[in-house]
Amino acid sequence: MSHSSLDHYQHVVRDIATRHADLPGALLPVLHAIQDELGFVPPDAVPVIAEILSLSRAEVHGVVSFYHHFRTTQPGRSTLRVCRAESCQAMGGTALEQHIKQRLGIDYHATTPDGAVSLEPAYCLGNCACSPAVMVDQAVHGRVTPERFDALLKDMQENAV
Amino acid sequence: MTSVFVPRDSSAVSLGAERVADAIAQEAARRGSELRMVRNGSRGLYWLEPMVEVATDAARVAYGPVQPQDVPGLFDAGFLDGAPHPLRLGITEDLSYLKNQQRLTNARVGITDPVDMNDYLAHEGYRGLQNALTMQPSDIVKEVTDSGLRGRGGAAFPTGIKWNTVLNAQADAKYIVCNADEGDSGTFSDRMIMEGDPFVLIEGMTIAALAVGAGQGYIYLRVEYPNALTILNQAMDAAYQAGYLGKNICGSGKAFDLEVRVGAGAYVCGEETALLESLEGKRGMVRYKPPLPAIVGLFGQPTIVNNVISLASVPSILAQGGAWYRDFGMGRSRGTLPIQLAGNIKRPGLIERAFGITLREILYDYGGGSASGRPIRAVQVGGPLGAFLPESQFDTPLDYEAFAALGAVLGHGGVVAFDDTVDMARMARYAMEFCATESCGKCTPCRIGSTRGVEVLDRIIAAQDRARNLPLLRDLCDTMQAGSLCALGGMTPYPVLSALQHFPEDFGV
Ligand SMILES: Cc1cc2nc3c(=O)[nH]c(=O)nc-3n(C[C@H](O)[C@H](O)[C@H](O)COP(=O)(O)O)c2cc1C
Ligand code: SF4
Ligand code: FES
Repeated sequence: MSHSSLDHYQHVVRDIATRHADLPGALLPVLHAIQDELGFVPPDAVPVIAEILSLSRAEVHGVVSFYHHFRTTQPGRSTLRVCRAESCQAMGGTALEQHIKQRLGIDYHATTPDGAVSLEPAYCLGNCACSPAVMVDQAVHGRVTPERFDALLKDMQENAV
Repeated sequence: MTSVFVPRDSSAVSLGAERVADAIAQEAARRGSELRMVRNGSRGLYWLEPMVEVATDAARVAYGPVQPQDVPGLFDAGFLDGAPHPLRLGITEDLSYLKNQQRLTNARVGITDPVDMNDYLAHEGYRGLQNALTMQPSDIVKEVTDSGLRGRGGAAFPTGIKWNTVLNAQADAKYIVCNADEGDSGTFSDRMIMEGDPFVLIEGMTIAALAVGAGQGYIYLRVEYPNALTILNQAMDAAYQAGYLGKNICGSGKAFDLEVRVGAGAYVCGEETALLESLEGKRGMVRYKPPLPAIVGLFGQPTIVNNVISLASVPSILAQGGAWYRDFGMGRSRGTLPIQLAGNIKRPGLIERAFGITLREILYDYGGGSASGRPIRAVQVGGPLGAFLPESQFDTPLDYEAFAALGAVLGHGGVVAFDDTVDMARMARYAMEFCATESCGKCTPCRIGSTRGVEVLDRIIAAQDRARNLPLLRDLCDTMQAGSLCALGGMTPYPVLSALQHFPEDFGV
C-alpha cells in the first residue's frame, strides 16, 4: 500500500468518524460510511475510530469482526452475493452455486485473481418469490439460470473501472 | 394524460422492471405519446413481474410479464388504451389471486406512488393518525389491545400489552424501534411495505410514539435492502416536509423524529435485544431477559420494538377501530397475515388473508402447485427456524395455536415449498449450518451444538453408524432446545427434528 493511499484512508476515516461523533450509537453508521467510501474497513482505521468515538480498540475491532458485512480487505471491483437460503435451494440454487464457484474458480470470501469479483454467501435477499437470487453490488437479480449468470459475469468482468 | 405503472419493487427490478420502464419512456418519446409514469410497489403477483399497468377510464389494466423487447408491440397494440395483446392479463383488481385477498395492511401496496404524500392522503392515508391525535394515550393503546393484534415478527406477542408496559414506564426518554431486519428466509412482506407503502409504516410508528410518549424512532433495516433504504428516506423527507414528522406533528405540539439505521448482515440482530445492542453500536449479542426492552430497552430506556408488519397494521386499526380488525381471523389469531409464498411454486407472491386459511389453499388455490410440476413434498413455514410440514398436515389452518399444536410456527408468515426432489437430511444439515454461521456465540449449546450437529448429520448422510448417530442428533437437539438463550439455538431443532420425524427415509431410517 502506498503512502499516499494510506494518508487518504486516514483522512477519510478521521473525517467520517468526526462527522458522526455526536450520533448516539455511532459505530455502525461510521463503519458503513467508511466501507461505502473505501470498499472496506482498513485495520488501521480501528485506533482512529476508537479515539474519536471514545471507545476501546477492542470494542471497535469486536464490532468490525462480528458483522458479516464488514470486510477488512480490499474487495474486487464487483461484490457478488449468492443466496444460499431455502427458497433459492428449492429452485435450483445449489446447482447455481456450484456453477458460479466453478466459473469464478474461487470459493466464498475470496476474490478472483483478476480482481473483478468478490464472492460472498447471502442468507436470503428478500427475493424469494423470484428464486434463485443473487446480488451484484446493490442490484438484485432473480430467476438466475447458469446462462443468465454467465451474462452477468461478462458485465462484471467488463466493469474494469 | 395516461398513467402507466411500472414497479420499483426490488423483485420486479430483479426481473428487469428498470429496463422496461426505460423502454416505455423511450418508445413514448419516439412516438410522441404523452404518458405519466408512476413507479409503484409490486402487487405481489411475482410470477407476472415485471407487471405493467395502465390506468384506463374504467380501471387499471395489467400486462405481464413484460420484457423491454415487448414494449414496441405493446404500443402498436394500443396498450395505453388497455387494448388486447398476448401479455394482457385483464383488469388488475379482477385477477383472482388479488381479488380473493383481504388486504388491510397492504391496502395501498402496488396502487399508489410510494413516495408521493398526496397519493397517500388520497388513499385514506393518515386517517389513523388523525384519530390518534384526538385520543388519550391510554385509549390508543386500548384500541390496539382490542384489535387482538399480535406481533408479526415471529413471537406473536400481543402488541397492545407491550405498548401498555411502555406507556406505564416512567422515563425521560422512550423509543419506538421498528424491526426491519427481515432475516427469515422465504419472507419479503416487510420489504414490500417499505418499498411499496413506506408512509403506512411511518404513520404506524408515529401513532406508537403518541401512544407511549416517545420522541425518537429508529427503523433498523437490513443491509441487504438498499432499495428499501432509498425509498424510506424519500418518504421520510416527504413526511417531514408535510409536517407528519418532526417537532410539531400536524400542529399538535407533539414531536417525533425518525431515522433509519442499517444493519450489517447478522441474522441474530433480528432478535430484539441483539438489535438494540446493534443500534447502540455494539456487537449483536443477545441480552438476558428480564428486564424486558419495554422497561429497559434502547440506551437503557423503555422501548417498543415491533416488526414492520405489526406497526404497519396499526394505522388501519386506528382508522377503523380495533373491533373492526378483530372481526377478521380465527381463535386467538386476529386480523390478517401477509403470507409470503415462495420456493418451488408456480405462482409465488404475497397473499394477505385473514387467519384460518389452510396451507393447502395457499399452495394450490393461490400457488397452483409446484413450479416443476412434481408433487409438493414438504413445506417450511416461518423461516429458517420453522418446522417442515408434510402433505398430511397441509389442511392445517394458518393460526398460531394450530401450528403450535403440531410443533410448528407461523413466524413471519413465510411459506417455502419443496418438490419431491428435496433431500430432507440435507435440509436438516443446512439448518444446523445456518445456526453455526449466525450464532452470536453467547451460549455453548447453540455455538458448539450446531457445529456438532453439522458433523453428526454429515455422518448420517454418509450412512456411517446411523444407529449411534441418530440418537446423538436427538440428544444434541434436546440440549440446544433446553440450553439456548434465544430462538436461534432454541428453535434450530424445529426444522431438524421435523425433517427427521416426517421424512425418516431420507435419514436412512
Ligand atoms: C434469531 C431471531 C431472529 C429474529 N429476527 C427477526 C426479524 O428479522 N424481524 C422481526 O421482526 N423479528 C425478528 N425476531 C423476533 C424479535 O425478537 C421480536 O420478537 C420482534 O421484533 C417483536 O416485534 P413484534 O412483536 O411486532 O413481532 C427474531 C427473533 C430471533 C430469536
Ligand atoms: S441461542 Fe445462539 S444466538 Fe441465541 S443467544 Fe445463545 S448463542 Fe446467541
Ligand atoms: S431465500 Fe433466496 S432470496 Fe430469500
